[in-house]
Amino acid sequence: MNPFSYSRADTVHDAIAALVSDPQAKLLAGGTNLVDLMKYDVVHPSTIVDISRLPLNQIEELPDGGLRIGALVSNSAVAYDPRVRKHYPLLSSAILAGASPQLRNVATTGGNLLQRTRCYYFYDPSSPCNKREPGTGCPAIGGVNRIHAILGASDKCIAVHPSDMCVALAALAAIVEVEGPQGRRDVPFSEFHRLPGDHPEKDNRLSQGEIVIAIRLEGNRFAGHSSYLKLRDRLSYAFALVSVAAAMQLADDRMVDLRIALGGVAHKPWRDRLAEAEFTGAQANEATFRSIAERLFVGAQGRGGNDFKIPLARKAVVRALRQAATGRPVDGPDRTLQ
Amino acid sequence: MDIGIPHPTCSITIIVNGDRLQLDVHPWITLLDLLRGDLELTGTKKGCDHGQCGACTVLVDGERVNSCLKLAVCLDGSRVTTIEGLGRPDAMHPLQRAFVEHDAYQCGYCTPGQICSAVGLIAENHAHDRAEIRELMSGNLCRCGAYTNIVDAIDEVMGRQAAKPALEAAE
Repeated sequence: MNPFSYSRADTVHDAIAALVSDPQAKLLAGGTNLVDLMKYDVVHPSTIVDISRLPLNQIEELPDGGLRIGALVSNSAVAYDPRVRKHYPLLSSAILAGASPQLRNVATTGGNLLQRTRCYYFYDPSSPCNKREPGTGCPAIGGVNRIHAILGASDKCIAVHPSDMCVALAALAAIVEVEGPQGRRDVPFSEFHRLPGDHPEKDNRLSQGEIVIAIRLEGNRFAGHSSYLKLRDRLSYAFALVSVAAAMQLADDRMVDLRIALGGVAHKPWRDRLAEAEFTGAQANEATFRSIAERLFVGAQGRGGNDFKIPLARKAVVRALRQAATGRPVDGPDRTLQ
Repeated sequence: MDIGIPHPTCSITIIVNGDRLQLDVHPWITLLDLLRGDLELTGTKKGCDHGQCGACTVLVDGERVNSCLKLAVCLDGSRVTTIEGLGRPDAMHPLQRAFVEHDAYQCGYCTPGQICSAVGLIAENHAHDRAEIRELMSGNLCRCGAYTNIVDAIDEVMGRQAAKPALEAAE
């Protein structure tokens, strides 16, 4: 790790001011990703601004029945909060599918959104990488790309966003509350992260000096019919190869509202609202689920090592939709391979 | 509060195994390196140093964390418990005794982290059967593969009955 200066922000305003005055400064909350990136010399900040003591560690109930989760609430605290478990089981099970208990005790809600890809080339400073050093190239294209994107990639970058929590938040259409030098603004979850395009160095649409304050969830209509399915190389403590957050409202076996978000397949949690709209009103049955799975991956592109993800993801979508329709929210420790 | 430039040490107070310590630390020193270096508490092990193996697990304010990913400077005012603080050979913690009785290790390198993690697991109270113990101990790797005996030891301390035959078969 490179030497750096340390300061502690006492207010959100302090944190914003520190970022504005020094573009090389980094905010540190739980640190489970940033400290690791610093050890690998992927990130070498001039200053670490410790925001872990800011008063952003509460989960509040909103008048519309929703929840507001402070950016510094730990992953464990969100996943085990009784209100989250009851009303947003999709979010709870997605969080518990990620990382380990030790990491979840420390990692924060805001930090989860801002974690970097686990692309092996991004993590290796001796390798070119357009995300780490723009303009140097993408060795994953034509290289080892088993874990890489099948949707929305560019010829500059085929990395994927590694989060489980964010996949559930995408399906739940969360709002990200952001504060910066110009004040506060709300960012719809689907607009928070971005596709790589020509600027894979940008993971999200935060401007210089902006920080995540909270996540807002609307009153949940999907608690009875949602499911998070995560497929990976071992049954726990591994990043997703493919994950699916499925949520629906049923009326007479028809899906009157439908949400599907995908993890492990793109540079951001992937949600295809046109596809969701096409199948809204359809019968919740196997034939429909297979049609949805076909439709979602019409534009998918394998890169060799990750070709297997396309059929895997189709099957995962069918299974997640089946689980959601039958009210099985938790892809839990007793999960059996089907 | 700006602690200054260019790279001075920072003064922190932490309570380690009950001892209140005032320390001057460089901001890039992890809790793991502080414990094993200046404090000579080498029971906490460095495995991967990247939060992937759990060998460095300790308790911070009662919660299990990977000490390799925590900067010591951020822990001003915190209470840290390591394997040395849980028990001694002549006064073992119930989990230490259970690990011995169940032969829940071979080389022993992951054991301090396993035991600290198990203390955290029991305090969290989210594991209610062997499958949940396995899932919620997944942050601690054991390359000798003593997992079955580790679950036995934790299960016993949790006061649970011996494993059901079906789950044993699945393991």
